[in-house]
Amino acid sequence: MIRDITIGQYYQTNSVIHSLDPRVKLMGTLIFIISLFLGMNILVYIVATLALAGLIIASKVPFKFIVRGLKAILILILISAAFNLFLTPGTVIFKVWKITITDRGLKTAIFMVIRLVYLIMGSSLMTLTTTPNNLTDGLEKGLSFLKYIKVPVHEIAMMMSIALRFIPILIDETDKIMRAQQARGADFETGNFIKRAKAMVPILVPLFISAFRRADDLAMAMEARCYHGSNGRTKMKPLKYSKKDYLAYLILILYLGICISLNIIF
Amino acid sequence: MSIIVDKINYIYEAGTSFERHALKDVSCVIEKGEFIGLIGHTGSGKSTFIQHLNGLNKATSGHIYYDGQDIYEKGYNMKELRSKVGLVFQYPEHQLFESTIFKDVCFGPKNQGLSKQECELRAFESLKLVGLDEKFYYNSPFDLSGGQKRRVAIAGVLAMKPEVLILDEPTAGLDPKGRDEIFSVLENLRKTGITIILVSHSMEDVATHVDRIMVMNDGILKYDDTPKNVFRHHKELEEIGLAAPKVTYIMNDLKNAGFDVDTDAITIEEAKKSILEIL
Repeated sequence: MIRDITIGQYYQTNSVIHSLDPRVKLMGTLIFIISLFLGMNILVYIVATLALAGLIIASKVPFKFIVRGLKAILILILISAAFNLFLTPGTVIFKVWKITITDRGLKTAIFMVIRLVYLIMGSSLMTLTTTPNNLTDGLEKGLSFLKYIKVPVHEIAMMMSIALRFIPILIDETDKIMRAQQARGADFETGNFIKRAKAMVPILVPLFISAFRRADDLAMAMEARCYHGSNGRTKMKPLKYSKKDYLAYLILILYLGICISLNIIF
Repeated sequence: MSIIVDKINYIYEAGTSFERHALKDVSCVIEKGEFIGLIGHTGSGKSTFIQHLNGLNKATSGHIYYDGQDIYEKGYNMKELRSKVGLVFQYPEHQLFESTIFKDVCFGPKNQGLSKQECELRAFESLKLVGLDEKFYYNSPFDLSGGQKRRVAIAGVLAMKPEVLILDEPTAGLDPKGRDEIFSVLENLRKTGITIILVSHSMEDVATHVDRIMVMNDGILKYDDTPKNVFRHHKELEEIGLAAPKVTYIMNDLKNAGFDVDTDAITIEEAKKSILEIL
């Protein structure tokens, strides 16, 4: 039933990409996205394609997992492609009734689709190779400079990890509540939209109450262990750069350099 | 009215790495009016088993007959089965959601498609049955004490007028007073002729009330007999992490120490009688 939903799409395997420091992967994703939006140069996209293909092969994640994320934004891709295709001014190459396609429109539409697809694939690759906990750790450490302008980085990261931690628990709870209400004859599958929305009330009310109760208990347990935020807090597994992380940074800088120079030269 | 369970097997998440054989060839017959205790350790498959009886879980293989009809037959009315076999989950108070207790108890009969009057009548009857004071009926269910909430939740299932009532650990997390309240409700219900299946891991609780005990271990129905006969296996019960009531141990120790007492005594009353007889 509801337990079949998978949230957080970490793919467990042993690869170079998996073992990299999460900060490197975050930075890598950022650089990859920047390179996609540098300009509309075909050579840059060839380099980006090669880089992405290399990373996917190195990560040992099956290709179907990487494109799975695309399904969710398929409509968004189609809409933005259509807008670019039909509404960009330029030399008309195709015209039927009021619909015109221009050469520039075609070009931007194609690049837009490639950009969005690569964007999703690149960030999917990051979430597939990094556990959610590692990711929050990486974000916390990578963004710790924001502390100096009074951004509560640690607290935000803690909230993120708690939220992630509770997803499976709440899914389990939802399943239990659904079964209990079904045992009282509740019906979630039939009826029109309004009837079905109404049928959710017996699930949502207990679910919210239990979520609040759990939050209360957790807050109490944290207080009891003298949790008081980030000041002076140490980690059990502190993030540490190793040789391959420095090497990865070097490759990233090289990649960005190539993309920028290709854009300037051609 | 009887339930016949014929060699059901249940496999969780078949075909994945989480695959688990939760029930293995479980067979039994449950007759009308019986009061059965289903006992097993956490993870023994008892909760999985009871969810088969009202069709929430579908057995991977095997059959279940309710009133002589196969519940897995095409076109069988599952909704009706669920109102005949009432299932009260563990921590049922977590499923309360309406603004008043009375409305919450009406939820079941309303889903059965009964008229408003009929729903209210049934809610009233079942709240009476669980012994909740009338002054609470229009309060929010969230203001009640733990034991009261649980009784309201049981009333919510009783209002559907089930022929069989299954309770999953009805006393878990309650204080001794709350526990006694629940058992006195169950004793009252028993007089109405309803079949009751009580799931528990506490022998002590079950021993004094039920007529029959089913012991589950690792997905297998290990014993299915009267309490006296089941507790004779107290050594085997210990091996699977369960225990006979303390009285059984005392009587056995007394016997070994040379006193001629009745080792089949399972309640304190019986034990007292037996000890007084030889003194």
